Amino acid sequence: MTKPLNTFNSLLQIQKLDKFFGGLHAVNSVSFDVKPGIIKAVIGPNGAGKTTLFNMIAGYYTPGGGQVFFKDILLTGMQPFQVAGKGVFRTFQNLKLSHRLSVMNNILLGRHTRGQAGFLAGMLALKKSRREEKEAEEAVLPILEWLNLLELKDTEVGNLSFGNQRAVELARALAADPAMLLLDEPAAGLNMHETEELAQRIQEIRDQGRTILLVEHDMSLVMEISDEIVVLNFGQKIAEGKPKEIQDNEEVIRIYLGGDDA
Amino acid sequence: MKRYYSVLLLAAVIVIIQVLTLITGKAYLLTQLTMSAYYIVVAVGLCMVMGYAGQISLGQAGFFAIGGYTTAFLTTIDFSGKAETGLYRMLDTPGLLITKETLYGDTIIHLTPWISLLAAVLIAAVTAYALGIPILKLKGHYLAMATMGFGIIIYRIVLGSRIFGEADGISNVPSFPVFPGISVSGDFTSRISNYYIAWLLVILGMLLLINLINSRVGRALRSLHGSEEASDAMGVDTSRYKVIVFVIGAVFAAVAGFFMTHYNGGIGPSEAGVAKSVRYVAIVAVGGMANLWGSLIMGLVLNFLSLRGVFGHFDDAVFGIILVFMMMFIPDGFIHTDVIHDIKEMLRPLSMRKKKLKKKQEVSND
Repeated sequence: MTKPLNTFNSLLQIQKLDKFFGGLHAVNSVSFDVKPGIIKAVIGPNGAGKTTLFNMIAGYYTPGGGQVFFKDILLTGMQPFQVAGKGVFRTFQNLKLSHRLSVMNNILLGRHTRGQAGFLAGMLALKKSRREEKEAEEAVLPILEWLNLLELKDTEVGNLSFGNQRAVELARALAADPAMLLLDEPAAGLNMHETEELAQRIQEIRDQGRTILLVEHDMSLVMEISDEIVVLNFGQKIAEGKPKEIQDNEEVIRIYLGGDDA
Repeated sequence: MKRYYSVLLLAAVIVIIQVLTLITGKAYLLTQLTMSAYYIVVAVGLCMVMGYAGQISLGQAGFFAIGGYTTAFLTTIDFSGKAETGLYRMLDTPGLLITKETLYGDTIIHLTPWISLLAAVLIAAVTAYALGIPILKLKGHYLAMATMGFGIIIYRIVLGSRIFGEADGISNVPSFPVFPGISVSGDFTSRISNYYIAWLLVILGMLLLINLINSRVGRALRSLHGSEEASDAMGVDTSRYKVIVFVIGAVFAAVAGFFMTHYNGGIGPSEAGVAKSVRYVAIVAVGGMANLWGSLIMGLVLNFLSLRGVFGHFDDAVFGIILVFMMMFIPDGFIHTDVIHDIKEMLRPLSMRKKKLKKKQEVSND
């Protein structure tokens, strides 16, 4: 028996992560925890190291130092596909979709870790493989419906509007039934109406019991939906707390509104 | 079941063509159709690697040669007069040796091609695996160059080794008894059965690949073509998948080389040449890249014309020009989706097509 999720004080633990790019200290000894079932946002000005931090959690970059734990599994040193195998799934700021494939096929990719059929089972169309395919298609239908993609399911992703492409990215990550979702600037490029819809959806995803870590530029979105916020500046964590505390934090205000010493 | 309809159609076309050649008295065309079929097996294998998984290979002729030369070498060893050796007894006891009489009445004892088929597949698979692990980390034209380098190495090996017959290649390769009473060989008397064996192999290959494309693994391969990072993020072990699909392409090429060698009764170094590899890439490109049926149709048309000598002295040049033209103007190929779908679309009343087009535009304007 594994321990039920809620006995973990924190689902994701980030401990003293460091990353250098040449002489640039992109992420400087950043530590924080993400408790299960909450929305946590990482904010900061351009170049603060948010995306670098994300890429280290998801296995795309190897940290110069420090560790990331998910539950009590060490994620640091794993390949991105192995991180996904543990239940941590991400979306991309610059959408990464297969434009020539249908919406359905793009989203079904999210079910990859839920299946087992390999090359041989696929080539021989073994019963196991066909059953898995059917189950996967059934599993993603509610997600398609929820994101209003059902009618577009056979459309090539390249023919979709930007907003719908963003929705496909989200749907793909959700199809994996993730314990933890990493959203990299999910509102980038969306209009106000779409951003509001997204805010609603992210909160609904949390209410389903999933944990969300997001990097975002849109301040009002972050303040509206986040349970906790971490602020980065020049690679360092300068503040952490509830949205209200962050809004009142003098250093954060100075960074965002520009200080006298600038 | 629906996905197999086009395969049934293919089977019907194969039979119709054979009957037509019989009626019109042009049965000699079956020879080129048979050889085209074997080249198609290489092309559809490459289509999976290049069109679907997005990994270019300019070394398929090398794998074809591995298959062909493995069997040519192994089945031309004459065991007659070596009945006392341990190896002979080891092979003879389970019935792995075939005794034959030559035209001059001599007796030849050779290894059954079933064993060399196994060897050909294994050697090609192991080579592709060992080669694939380091070079599939490369992308785009770097990968193309690395695979081409491999092709050149194989070419130089077969050209420079005495055991592979140097520039002459290996001849007198025995026939391959696939089914009782039916052999893969260039005999005039077995022209029709050989035509069917070759196309049966194409159908078998198509079935395996169609199944693969429509499976979990197939989707992962196509996605890694679209975005490798995204496939990684969704838990696909992309480096492993790339190597395995490369191995599959190599095995297809090796099996084709094996059959072709028994059909022709020999193999020469030109089959391993880079010009041949370019052909396969050109066929997949002109067939629409991620399109098995396109590769099959273009593989049939171009190889058939080439083997009939239509391109004359410019044979290799034609394929080169096709490749240059495709890369410059239509890198995604002529045929975009399923051919059957295209034909259906063409046959639909114009009014219905307009309606669909309008709907598509609305979607993209959304």
